[in-house]
Amino acid sequence: MDLSYTPEEEEFRARLREWLDKVLPTLPPKPSPADWPARRAYDLGWQRMLYDAGYAGLHWPVDAGGRGATPTQHLIFLEETENAGAPYVGANFVGLLHAGPTIAAEGTPEQRARWLPPVLRGEEVWCQGFSEPDAGSDLASLRTRAWRDGDDYVVSGSKIWTSHAEVADWCELLVRTDPDAPKHKGITWLAMPMDAPGITVRPLRTLAGSNEFAEVFLDEVRVPVAGRVGAENDGWRVTMVTLSFERGTAFVGEVVACRRVLRELAREARRNGRWDDTPLRCRLGRLNAEFRALWRLTQWNVSEAEQTGGVPGTGGSVFKLRYSHARQELYDAAAEVLGADCLDLDRPWVLDRLSSLSYTIAAGTSQIQQNIVAERILGLPKGR
Amino acid sequence: MHFQLTDDQRALKAGVRALLAGRFGREALRAAADRPGVLDRALWRELGEAGFFALRLPEAEGGVGLGLPEAVLAFEEAGRALLPGPLVATHLAAGEVAGAATGETVVTAASGGLVEWLTEADVVRGDATGAVPLVSVDPLTPLHRLPRSPEASPDVFPDASAGVSPGISAGVLPGVSPGGSAGVSPSTSAGALPGGSAGVSPGASADDEPDPVAVLLTAAEQLGGAARTCELAVEYARTRKQFGQPIGAFQAVKHLCAQSLVRVETARAAVYAAAVTVDPLDIAAARLLADDAALRGARDCLQVHGGMGFTWEAETHLFLKRAWVRTQRMSSNTYSDELLAADLLSGVG
Repeated sequence: MDLSYTPEEEEFRARLREWLDKVLPTLPPKPSPADWPARRAYDLGWQRMLYDAGYAGLHWPVDAGGRGATPTQHLIFLEETENAGAPYVGANFVGLLHAGPTIAAEGTPEQRARWLPPVLRGEEVWCQGFSEPDAGSDLASLRTRAWRDGDDYVVSGSKIWTSHAEVADWCELLVRTDPDAPKHKGITWLAMPMDAPGITVRPLRTLAGSNEFAEVFLDEVRVPVAGRVGAENDGWRVTMVTLSFERGTAFVGEVVACRRVLRELAREARRNGRWDDTPLRCRLGRLNAEFRALWRLTQWNVSEAEQTGGVPGTGGSVFKLRYSHARQELYDAAAEVLGADCLDLDRPWVLDRLSSLSYTIAAGTSQIQQNIVAERILGLPKGR
Repeated sequence: MHFQLTDDQRALKAGVRALLAGRFGREALRAAADRPGVLDRALWRELGEAGFFALRLPEAEGGVGLGLPEAVLAFEEAGRALLPGPLVATHLAAGEVAGAATGETVVTAASGGLVEWLTEADVVRGDATGAVPLVSVDPLTPLHRLPRSPEASPDVFPDASAGVSPGISAGVLPGVSPGGSAGVSPSTSAGALPGGSAGVSPGASADDEPDPVAVLLTAAEQLGGAARTCELAVEYARTRKQFGQPIGAFQAVKHLCAQSLVRVETARAAVYAAAVTVDPLDIAAARLLADDAALRGARDCLQVHGGMGFTWEAETHLFLKRAWVRTQRMSSNTYSDELLAADLLSGVG
């Protein structure tokens, strides 16, 4: 058990820190969350800066245009960028963390050449067309249909909870190509151009008041067969190859951010006198323990991934379960510190508190994650 | 950074597990529970021979020469096996109290207002004057209550409002190194057992300044207990059938087991990390998470066992009761909460 970093890793960290110090002051001001085109431009601009500095696709394999960094280097990258207050991956999320790695792992040479470089250079945005109104946690029950017509698939149906749909160039789309096959067997993975005729994007307003995602309606949209990654009806396996990546290191930066928020909360509590409330103070102390442990669990999982060749294990589900609840507890504690001000949306942390409500739902609800842990790690029987 | 067990550490853990399975398996556990208050001295000496107590003593002093991470792994296994006796106190006394390292001498400590195994111990560290026996909730841990002096405060909290950590702030503790023996504050008094044959050790740790190594080793025991109750719950859920299927097929039961594992794995990361860093804040965090994992793990295990869980036959209650005992050892949980709260206001800004 070793928590120290190698000289090479420390060198990597130092160079990254130096670069962040230099470039972050040159960034334009952050756009308003409601201004999607500005958000797209900002996020792609940041990706371009990463690309020019050689940090794009850090954890991607070298033959996919990435840097082939070790999980530990990736951990350092996420830790340092968050500590420095660098922009989040934002609109590049699906391309960099999901569709890109999927194409890198399962795509043909032509597909890799077509889609991977624009993601790394910050030229194209991807969105995720997985969930449907009747296929959320039970993703494999999706019903959006696709049938062959010459060199195209013709797609009809609808998707929901699609982040960045309004500004995306491409959508990683799961469609049902064989309605008679068992539900996991008849699914195909397609890269759909978002400017194709027949696509309607309708923004959805969240409980936080923001337009974070959208519904996407598909009316006989033609998607070239060349955009199919993996074999027809093999889309479920293709998807499972990459879903675990999302759960591996997706929250590293957020844990760092939560630890910073906790310190800010303590200072605010001291400023407004709430620090004298012993139960509240102990609650903040307990959260300190919680986020320290989550950071250690991250290091544990990353070290394990390094040992197993970079593939995060089911430990990601354990982490996601614990973290999503801890995040909600953090912002509930923030409300306690704020007192009546917790009802004022202009105060810091109030919007974050609302946003945190999605964490036990998105990317697999806590209940589904618990089933995964129980069945795949603990070996309990499937059932209801 | 390679935050995983080394091959040697895995081997050590497996070795301790095998030793305890052979020497203190289920039958021995049941027998011990039916024979409360009697410590198996032969087993104690075997532990000594195996190096359990001398694990962190330098080889030059006849020890094994390993570090705190290895000790934590051994104590995790002890917790898993529900091994009775003042293991932490004796381990900490190795090299300071004659015979402790070899298991010839049983050492206990006065801490948290209680003394475990007082009448069976040869040496008690700290002041046990006037200790009176109580009827211990844990059949495997006899307890004495210490008289509380009127001027003594139960816990000395860090001065949170000042925004600074107490004497033991972040960083490696003076007198404690991962490879060395625990630092013991020399200022406190030591008392002989009233009317007993126990010897007196020079120097003991004070109640109000908990020895972080003792806190960590207790947390390691809690982690082991938590891991074992999770296993027991899962084993039962896989085999026990109701409504025509194993109860583990029901989501409600599944979720109890999954939550138990999540607590174990999070606590494990915290405990192992604290063993590596020996940072008092990491140790405080490890303790809070391990206590929680042990207490809730045992409760959920009991719940999964249903009516069987409420019987003396199922071992679950023994895990729960021992977890209760360990949470009272050393300082209170509130002390750890306050330490971690004070940390939030320390440092820059």
